[in-house]
Amino acid sequence: MSTYVFIAEALFFAFVILTFMGAILAVRARLLMHAVLGLAVCLLGVAGLYFYLGSIFLTMMQILIYVGAICILMVFGVMVGYTPQEIAESNFKGKNRFLAVAASFTGFFLLLIPLLRATFTPALEKTGDFSLPWLGETLLYRYCMAFELISVVLLAAIIGAIILATGGRES
Amino acid sequence: MLSVSSHLTTYLIIGLVLFVMGIYGMVRHRSFMGMLISTELILCGASINFMAFNRFVLPDPAIGQVFTLFIMGLAAAEAAIVVSFILAVYRKYHTDDPSAVHDLRH
Repeated sequence: MSTYVFIAEALFFAFVILTFMGAILAVRARLLMHAVLGLAVCLLGVAGLYFYLGSIFLTMMQILIYVGAICILMVFGVMVGYTPQEIAESNFKGKNRFLAVAASFTGFFLLLIPLLRATFTPALEKTGDFSLPWLGETLLYRYCMAFELISVVLLAAIIGAIILATGGRES
Repeated sequence: MLSVSSHLTTYLIIGLVLFVMGIYGMVRHRSFMGMLISTELILCGASINFMAFNRFVLPDPAIGQVFTLFIMGLAAAEAAIVVSFILAVYRKYHTDDPSAVHDLRH
Protein backbone atom coordinates (compact mmCIF):
# COMPACT_ATOMS: atom_id res chain seq x y z
CA MET A 1 0.00 0.00 0.00
CA SER A 2 2.74 2.42 0.90
CA THR A 3 4.31 1.85 -2.51
CA TYR A 4 1.19 3.31 -4.11
CA VAL A 5 1.27 6.27 -1.75
CA PHE A 6 4.90 6.85 -2.66
CA ILE A 7 4.10 6.70 -6.37
CA ALA A 8 1.22 9.11 -5.87
CA GLU A 9 3.45 11.56 -4.01
CA ALA A 10 6.15 11.28 -6.67
CA LEU A 11 3.56 12.01 -9.35
CA PHE A 12 2.37 15.00 -7.36
CA PHE A 13 5.90 16.38 -7.26
CA ALA A 14 6.25 15.71 -10.97
CA PHE A 15 3.13 17.80 -11.62
CA VAL A 16 4.37 20.59 -9.38
CA ILE A 17 7.74 20.65 -11.16
CA LEU A 18 5.96 20.59 -14.53
CA THR A 19 3.86 23.56 -13.44
CA PHE A 20 6.79 25.62 -12.20
CA MET A 21 9.06 24.81 -15.13
CA GLY A 22 6.30 25.73 -17.55
CA ALA A 23 5.64 28.97 -15.70
CA ILE A 24 9.35 29.88 -15.72
CA LEU A 25 9.50 29.19 -19.46
CA ALA A 26 6.34 31.24 -20.02
CA VAL A 27 7.74 34.19 -18.10
CA ARG A 28 11.36 34.13 -19.20
CA ALA A 29 11.38 32.78 -22.77
CA ARG A 30 12.91 35.06 -25.36
CA LEU A 31 10.64 33.91 -28.18
CA LEU A 32 6.93 34.49 -27.77
CA MET A 33 6.13 31.08 -29.23
CA HIS A 34 8.26 29.41 -26.55
CA ALA A 35 6.40 31.40 -23.93
CA VAL A 36 3.07 30.12 -25.23
CA LEU A 37 4.38 26.55 -25.20
CA GLY A 38 5.63 27.05 -21.63
CA LEU A 39 2.17 28.27 -20.68
CA ALA A 40 0.67 25.10 -22.18
CA VAL A 41 3.04 22.92 -20.14
CA CYS A 42 2.25 24.90 -17.00
CA LEU A 43 -1.49 24.50 -17.54
CA LEU A 44 -1.06 20.75 -18.04
CA GLY A 45 0.69 20.60 -14.68
CA VAL A 46 -2.14 22.56 -13.08
CA ALA A 47 -4.58 20.05 -14.58
CA GLY A 48 -2.68 17.34 -12.72
CA LEU A 49 -2.96 19.36 -9.51
CA TYR A 50 -6.74 19.59 -10.04
CA PHE A 51 -6.75 15.80 -10.22
CA TYR A 52 -5.07 15.66 -6.82
CA LEU A 53 -7.64 18.15 -5.52
CA GLY A 54 -10.36 15.66 -6.29
CA SER A 55 -12.00 16.97 -9.44
CA ILE A 56 -11.54 14.85 -12.55
CA PHE A 57 -14.07 16.97 -14.43
CA LEU A 58 -12.05 20.13 -13.94
CA THR A 59 -8.89 18.28 -14.97
CA MET A 60 -10.47 17.50 -18.30
CA MET A 61 -11.95 20.98 -18.63
CA GLN A 62 -8.56 22.51 -17.93
CA ILE A 63 -6.95 20.46 -20.68
CA LEU A 64 -9.83 21.10 -23.10
CA ILE A 65 -10.35 24.82 -22.52
CA TYR A 66 -6.95 26.13 -21.51
CA VAL A 67 -4.51 23.87 -23.33
CA GLY A 68 -6.82 23.03 -26.21
CA ALA A 69 -8.44 26.39 -26.88
CA ILE A 70 -6.69 29.32 -25.24
CA CYS A 71 -3.13 28.25 -26.05
CA ILE A 72 -4.08 27.48 -29.66
CA LEU A 73 -5.70 30.92 -29.85
CA MET A 74 -2.48 32.49 -28.58
CA VAL A 75 -0.42 30.51 -31.09
CA PHE A 76 -2.68 31.86 -33.83
CA GLY A 77 -2.26 35.36 -32.44
CA VAL A 78 1.51 35.05 -32.45
CA MET A 79 1.63 33.54 -35.94
CA VAL A 80 -0.81 35.99 -37.52
CA GLY A 81 0.25 39.19 -35.82
CA TYR A 82 4.02 39.08 -36.01
CA THR A 83 6.74 38.58 -38.54
CA PRO A 84 9.41 36.08 -37.47
CA GLN A 85 12.00 38.73 -36.72
CA GLU A 86 9.59 40.62 -34.51
CA ILE A 87 8.71 37.43 -32.69
CA ALA A 88 12.37 37.16 -31.78
CA GLU A 89 12.81 40.78 -30.84
CA SER A 90 9.52 41.94 -29.41
CA ASN A 91 10.01 40.35 -26.01
CA PHE A 92 12.16 41.98 -23.33
CA LYS A 93 12.89 45.26 -25.00
CA GLY A 94 12.80 47.17 -21.76
CA LYS A 95 15.24 46.96 -18.90
CA ASN A 96 12.80 46.64 -16.05
CA ARG A 97 14.11 43.42 -14.54
CA PHE A 98 14.78 45.08 -11.19
CA LEU A 99 11.25 46.44 -11.08
CA ALA A 100 9.82 43.02 -11.91
CA VAL A 101 11.88 41.24 -9.24
CA ALA A 102 10.98 43.87 -6.64
CA ALA A 103 7.26 43.70 -7.44
CA SER A 104 7.13 39.93 -7.37
CA PHE A 105 9.18 39.56 -4.17
CA THR A 106 7.07 42.16 -2.39
CA GLY A 107 3.89 40.43 -3.46
CA PHE A 108 5.28 37.04 -2.50
CA PHE A 109 6.22 37.96 1.06
CA LEU A 110 3.14 40.13 1.62
CA LEU A 111 0.98 37.13 0.77
CA LEU A 112 3.16 34.39 2.25
CA ILE A 113 3.24 35.80 5.79
CA PRO A 114 -0.55 35.89 6.36
CA LEU A 115 -0.83 32.55 4.58
CA LEU A 116 1.53 30.87 7.02
CA ARG A 117 0.05 32.58 10.07
CA ALA A 118 -3.58 31.81 9.30
CA THR A 119 -5.32 28.69 10.50
CA PHE A 120 -8.07 27.21 8.37
CA THR A 121 -10.59 25.01 10.08
CA PRO A 122 -12.30 22.51 7.80
CA ALA A 123 -16.07 22.24 7.75
CA LEU A 124 -17.50 19.77 10.23
CA GLU A 125 -19.80 18.01 7.82
CA LYS A 126 -19.93 17.83 4.05
CA THR A 127 -23.19 18.83 2.40
CA GLY A 128 -22.21 17.69 -1.08
CA ASP A 129 -19.73 15.51 -2.90
CA PHE A 130 -17.36 15.67 -5.86
CA SER A 131 -19.72 13.88 -8.21
CA LEU A 132 -20.57 15.35 -11.59
CA PRO A 133 -24.40 15.29 -11.13
CA TRP A 134 -24.10 17.34 -7.97
CA LEU A 135 -21.80 19.81 -9.72
CA GLY A 136 -24.24 20.19 -12.59
CA GLU A 137 -27.14 20.64 -10.22
CA THR A 138 -25.30 23.36 -8.30
CA LEU A 139 -24.24 25.07 -11.51
CA LEU A 140 -27.69 25.14 -13.07
CA TYR A 141 -29.88 25.70 -10.01
CA ARG A 142 -27.98 27.70 -7.44
CA TYR A 143 -25.67 29.58 -9.82
CA CYS A 144 -28.05 29.71 -12.77
CA MET A 145 -27.94 33.51 -13.00
CA ALA A 146 -24.13 33.60 -13.04
CA PHE A 147 -24.12 30.82 -15.63
CA GLU A 148 -26.43 32.77 -17.93
CA LEU A 149 -24.45 35.96 -17.37
CA ILE A 150 -21.20 34.29 -18.31
CA SER A 151 -22.84 32.98 -21.46
CA VAL A 152 -23.78 36.55 -22.37
CA VAL A 153 -20.25 37.73 -21.58
CA LEU A 154 -18.80 35.03 -23.84
CA LEU A 155 -21.19 35.98 -26.64
CA ALA A 156 -20.31 39.66 -26.30
CA ALA A 157 -16.60 38.79 -26.25
CA ILE A 158 -16.89 36.72 -29.41
CA ILE A 159 -18.82 39.43 -31.28
CA GLY A 160 -16.39 42.07 -30.05
CA ALA A 161 -13.41 39.95 -31.09
CA ILE A 162 -14.82 39.51 -34.59
CA ILE A 163 -15.50 43.24 -34.94
CA LEU A 164 -12.07 44.20 -33.58
CA ALA A 165 -10.21 41.71 -35.73
CA THR A 166 -12.00 42.44 -39.00
CA GLY A 167 -12.51 46.19 -38.66
CA GLY A 168 -10.15 48.34 -40.69
CA ARG A 169 -8.95 45.47 -42.82
CA GLU A 170 -9.73 47.36 -46.05
CA SER A 171 -7.43 50.28 -45.33
CA MET B 1 5.41 9.02 5.35
CA LEU B 2 5.28 11.71 2.72
CA SER B 3 1.91 13.37 2.53
CA VAL B 4 2.60 16.77 1.05
CA SER B 5 -0.22 16.44 -1.45
CA SER B 6 -2.88 16.34 1.27
CA HIS B 7 -2.15 19.66 2.94
CA LEU B 8 -3.93 22.91 2.22
CA THR B 9 -0.78 25.01 2.62
CA THR B 10 1.02 23.17 -0.19
CA TYR B 11 -1.60 24.15 -2.73
CA LEU B 12 -1.84 27.69 -1.41
CA ILE B 13 1.90 28.15 -1.82
CA ILE B 14 1.78 26.66 -5.34
CA GLY B 15 -0.98 29.10 -6.24
CA LEU B 16 0.97 31.96 -4.65
CA VAL B 17 4.11 31.13 -6.62
CA LEU B 18 2.12 31.01 -9.88
CA PHE B 19 0.51 34.35 -9.02
CA VAL B 20 3.88 35.96 -8.26
CA MET B 21 5.38 34.56 -11.46
CA GLY B 22 2.47 36.11 -13.32
CA ILE B 23 3.19 39.49 -11.74
CA TYR B 24 6.88 39.14 -12.63
CA GLY B 25 6.02 38.36 -16.25
CA MET B 26 3.48 41.17 -16.39
CA VAL B 27 6.14 43.73 -15.42
CA ARG B 28 8.95 42.08 -17.38
CA HIS B 29 7.30 41.46 -20.73
CA ARG B 30 7.27 44.29 -23.19
CA SER B 31 4.64 42.92 -25.51
CA PHE B 32 0.88 42.56 -25.27
CA MET B 33 1.07 38.84 -25.94
CA GLY B 34 3.55 38.28 -23.14
CA MET B 35 1.33 40.23 -20.77
CA LEU B 36 -1.64 38.09 -21.81
CA ILE B 37 0.36 34.95 -21.02
CA SER B 38 1.24 36.36 -17.59
CA THR B 39 -2.43 37.16 -16.98
CA GLU B 40 -3.30 33.54 -17.61
CA LEU B 41 -0.71 32.51 -15.01
CA ILE B 42 -2.29 34.87 -12.46
CA LEU B 43 -5.76 33.48 -13.16
CA CYS B 44 -4.37 29.97 -12.82
CA GLY B 45 -2.97 30.76 -9.37
CA ALA B 46 -6.36 32.08 -8.30
CA SER B 47 -8.06 28.94 -9.61
CA ILE B 48 -5.71 26.71 -7.63
CA ASN B 49 -6.57 28.69 -4.50
CA PHE B 50 -10.29 28.22 -5.11
CA MET B 51 -9.86 24.50 -5.70
CA ALA B 52 -7.66 24.06 -2.61
CA PHE B 53 -10.16 25.75 -0.30
CA ASN B 54 -12.90 23.81 -2.03
CA ARG B 55 -11.17 20.52 -1.27
CA PHE B 56 -10.05 21.15 2.30
CA VAL B 57 -12.30 23.76 3.92
CA LEU B 58 -15.69 24.19 2.26
CA PRO B 59 -18.66 22.03 3.25
CA ASP B 60 -19.96 21.81 -0.32
CA PRO B 61 -17.23 20.78 -2.81
CA ALA B 62 -19.26 21.91 -5.83
CA ILE B 63 -18.94 25.65 -5.12
CA GLY B 64 -15.20 25.94 -5.73
CA GLN B 65 -15.49 23.91 -8.91
CA VAL B 66 -18.24 26.23 -10.15
CA PHE B 67 -16.07 29.25 -9.45
CA THR B 68 -13.10 27.68 -11.22
CA LEU B 69 -15.31 26.98 -14.23
CA PHE B 70 -16.39 30.63 -14.24
CA ILE B 71 -12.75 31.72 -14.10
CA MET B 72 -12.04 29.47 -17.09
CA GLY B 73 -14.93 31.01 -19.03
CA LEU B 74 -13.82 34.54 -18.24
CA ALA B 75 -10.24 33.68 -19.18
CA ALA B 76 -11.44 32.34 -22.52
CA ALA B 77 -13.44 35.50 -23.21
CA GLU B 78 -10.52 37.68 -22.15
CA ALA B 79 -8.06 35.78 -24.33
CA ALA B 80 -10.32 36.12 -27.38
CA ILE B 81 -10.75 39.86 -26.81
CA VAL B 82 -7.05 40.49 -26.16
CA VAL B 83 -5.85 38.53 -29.20
CA SER B 84 -8.19 40.43 -31.52
CA PHE B 85 -7.13 43.66 -29.79
CA ILE B 86 -3.47 42.78 -30.44
CA LEU B 87 -4.25 42.18 -34.10
CA ALA B 88 -6.06 45.52 -34.38
CA VAL B 89 -3.25 47.41 -32.59
CA TYR B 90 -0.63 45.69 -34.71
CA ARG B 91 -2.46 46.61 -37.89
CA LYS B 92 -2.62 50.29 -36.88
CA TYR B 93 0.74 50.84 -35.16
CA HIS B 94 2.89 48.04 -36.65
CA THR B 95 4.29 47.28 -33.23
CA ASP B 96 3.45 45.29 -30.14
CA ASP B 97 5.16 47.54 -27.60
CA PRO B 98 2.57 48.83 -25.09
CA SER B 99 4.45 52.10 -24.63
CA ALA B 100 4.25 52.82 -28.36
CA VAL B 101 0.46 52.85 -28.37
CA HIS B 102 -0.27 56.42 -27.26
CA ASP B 103 -2.59 58.14 -29.67
CA LEU B 104 -4.64 59.65 -26.84
CA ARG B 105 -1.53 61.32 -25.42
CA HIS B 106 -1.10 63.79 -28.27
